[in-house]
Amino acid sequence: MVNILIIIPCFNEQASLPRLISDLGNLKLSEKYNVSVCVVNDCSTDDTKQVAKNLDVILIDLPVNLGIGGAVQSGLKYALLNNYDLAVQMDGDGQHPPAELQKMIACYEETGASLVIGSRFIVKEGFQSSFLRRLGITYFHWLNKFFTGKSIYDSTSGFRLFDKKAIKLGARYYPDDYPEPESLVFFSKAGLAIKETPVIMVHRSGGQSSIRSFTSFYYCVKVTLAMFFSFIRKP
Amino acid sequence: MLRIQIIIIIASLAFLFLVFRMVIKGRLREEYSIIWLLFTGILVVFSFWEKGLLLVTNLVGIYLPTNLVFTTSIFIALVYLLHLSVVASKLQKQNKLLAQEMALMKIEMEKLKEKESK
Repeated sequence: MVNILIIIPCFNEQASLPRLISDLGNLKLSEKYNVSVCVVNDCSTDDTKQVAKNLDVILIDLPVNLGIGGAVQSGLKYALLNNYDLAVQMDGDGQHPPAELQKMIACYEETGASLVIGSRFIVKEGFQSSFLRRLGITYFHWLNKFFTGKSIYDSTSGFRLFDKKAIKLGARYYPDDYPEPESLVFFSKAGLAIKETPVIMVHRSGGQSSIRSFTSFYYCVKVTLAMFFSFIRKP
Repeated sequence: MLRIQIIIIIASLAFLFLVFRMVIKGRLREEYSIIWLLFTGILVVFSFWEKGLLLVTNLVGIYLPTNLVFTTSIFIALVYLLHLSVVASKLQKQNKLLAQEMALMKIEMEKLKEKESK
């Protein structure tokens, strides 16, 4: 039996959460997988907490807003504490269709990688996001190649699968805000195998992305710095 | 005694008094008060002992005593600001850890409550 914990970090996702959870509930995975869903409420200002309470999920209710990284890490800590074999991070806004989970698990089974990233870019299908965002992603692809020596296309993707090793590492250290590209450097320095698999993403069905235009310059600078320091820091 | 000397002495003594009061009332922790007490003390000493300032200025090879005062105080303020950023980073880290522990504990508590009510 393989226990999987789906971690859904949520900040004001009351609109999209019920559908996502019901989609996850209808998901058909092979017999050996036992899926639990964990919603991390990152101190939402709307009714996310109440909505999640009425759903059949594990609710991690953070008393202060920690940002996406802190929320995901809380989920990883829960997974570590309760001895889960796999953890999957998934956005609460419906951008990552639950059906795509099968592809991630298939990739994990096939390669045995510690970290599987759901990528928009390997095969060009589905939602491809805006030009500026793609430019940023190209930049991070180049930066990641420089720092990790690996070619990871969708380094900002928040759709990722952690195995036991990655859960343990992530529970110990995970960056706070804009954690995705930096954590790749960290995981790769720790010697974990990272694989990417194509998934289809859809337009957000509600809420707002954590990356907005006026903060994107700050985002680039902060992430570049964080990746650099992760690179020179001893693991 | 020069007029400026008197002003500086009064200002530094008032500042010293303020720091003392904040420590006594528990609004400023002792470890953060050390640096303020120390430098206000130095300020008071040099405002009384004018020749001392000239002496140190000549010793380090600075032309004007005022330049020495400005350079050192700006440098000290910079170092102290860096120290405060370190403190803020540490607090943020601890804050995050506490929030996570608390949220995880809430789940455990709910589980226990459920068990009890059964």
